[in-house]
Amino acid sequence: MSLAERAVARRGTNFELWSWYYFRISGVLLLFLALGHVYIVHILTPIEQVNYAFVAARYAKPFWRTYDLLLLLLAMSHGVNGMRLVLHDYIRSRPWRVFAYSVLYSAALIFTVLGALVIVTFQPVPE
Amino acid sequence: MYRGREGMWAWIFHRVSGIGVLLFLFIHIVDTALIGWGPGVYNAVTSIYHEWTIFRFLQFTLIAAVLYHSFNGLRVIVIDFWPKGYKYQRQLFYGAMALTVLALIPTGYFLLGPVFGIETRQG
Repeated sequence: MSLAERAVARRGTNFELWSWYYFRISGVLLLFLALGHVYIVHILTPIEQVNYAFVAARYAKPFWRTYDLLLLLLAMSHGVNGMRLVLHDYIRSRPWRVFAYSVLYSAALIFTVLGALVIVTFQPVPE
Repeated sequence: MYRGREGMWAWIFHRVSGIGVLLFLFIHIVDTALIGWGPGVYNAVTSIYHEWTIFRFLQFTLIAAVLYHSFNGLRVIVIDFWPKGYKYQRQLFYGAMALTVLALIPTGYFLLGPVFGIETRQG
């Protein structure tokens, strides 16, 4: 094994170790953030009342914008990391696997930017 | 011992629920982004979530997936970090299932009650 291959192998192992830790750390945080989100926004609030006025009132407080941004970043990174492993498991052809990773990461980047922009820049207009 | 038993199903459910929740995250980012088009568009979109009966059932399925993924995730962490955890992986699976079903009872009441003509909230 060449030095470069060894370096890649070592980095690979290290990366998967951090990925493993990241699943668990982000998972515990998401347990509170995601379940809290579902409970507050979709159970405590009757879904008939989840509308423009509801979001406007909620996003008047920076706390909820921070909450939602953190939830978005954690859920997306945790989910994409999981999807990376799923693709790794089922796509045996290397070129197709690299292609699938590219699609996954591109979509994740675009959707994360879109979601973050909405959370940060939303300004309600009078109804 | 593992194949076809609780451990296998725990893994399959975890994978399927994870993929499903990620898929919904993408959809949820899009429906939320529509708020930039103003109250008319956003209220039309969000009303689909409560006016269409199928959407209430889909939300119930989504919440079931989030709950199972959360509780089974805890099970995985317990198995990883508690030295004796692997010996109780079956019991932990049933525990995760029990918590999921328990949490789905009030969820179903509020989300699906109106579908079956049950008045779940006053006012």
